[in-house]
Amino acid sequence: MQQDRETVPEIAELGLAERPDGPGAAAMLAAGIGLFALGLLTVLNEASTTMHDWLESWDLDRGVGPLAGKTTLAVIVWAVSWIVLAIAWRGKDVDLKRWFWVALFLGILGGLGTFPPIFLSFEAG
Amino acid sequence: MELSDREAWTVIHGLLAGTLFLLAFAGGLAGLWSLRPGFLSPAAIRERMRRLYVGVWVMAAVAWITVVSGTWIVYPWYRASLAGDDLSGCVGAQLPSATTCSPRDFLLSNVSGRTSSWHEFGMEWKEHIGWAAPILATAVAFLVTYYGPRLIPRTWLRVVTIVMFVAAFAAAVVGGAFGAFLNKVAPIV
Repeated sequence: MQQDRETVPEIAELGLAERPDGPGAAAMLAAGIGLFALGLLTVLNEASTTMHDWLESWDLDRGVGPLAGKTTLAVIVWAVSWIVLAIAWRGKDVDLKRWFWVALFLGILGGLGTFPPIFLSFEAG
Repeated sequence: MELSDREAWTVIHGLLAGTLFLLAFAGGLAGLWSLRPGFLSPAAIRERMRRLYVGVWVMAAVAWITVVSGTWIVYPWYRASLAGDDLSGCVGAQLPSATTCSPRDFLLSNVSGRTSSWHEFGMEWKEHIGWAAPILATAVAFLVTYYGPRLIPRTWLRVVTIVMFVAAFAAAVVGGAFGAFLNKVAPIV
């Protein structure tokens, strides 16, 4: 799937074997999924008091509040999705461009979810 | 010349980690940018890649240290509810205090001008978007390590890696810039 590859003499001199794009796509997509989870949890924290209280319960009495749950869960989602995708795509060639655009879309949605004018608009009455 | 524990942690979280992050980003960006066909000899590629690997992983590690220390050590001091529901503990305050008026209380009370938006926009954005930096920086560090010099003949992949790298930096800039402003308006004492 490495359509973007140019012929470069200095790389040929290094004698490097090609590597499949599966692991690279897994890293990109997992980052997008992690950012999307962060944005989604930030919105849900505002929209639901039940969710707010549950996310706050992750703070181990450190006074971090719901930010503890939002960030810890987002990191868990990111790490687990990376592990799962890395295993699924290990040694495989996938369409790196397609998965980058999916990751970018998820990342933008996640970024929007962390923007205060947006997530505060979901604030439960 | 003395810093309290809280001030020392804000220095570690913001100033030291921030400076290291900036240095690692500048080096990493220059390294990634120069990975272009015809720019480097094989010997230079080997030497350049070693530095780049160190730079991107240092940037990722520093980003994690920054967000974890910020969220779990510094942020609780910022958001402590000390002034009461009506924020009366902040009446007459010129600055936040460690016992009666936390920085969050101070900003929301508007006792020192119209400061509530510093919390409602600045802090709210900073505390969330900052976490994008280590996630993206770690993904970039992996991509650089996994592909290595193979990024040179793959222009699209190299550009995408740079985009993710700059996005990680941009997230950190939002966190760092608002952190600096907030610490100016309502310092953690």
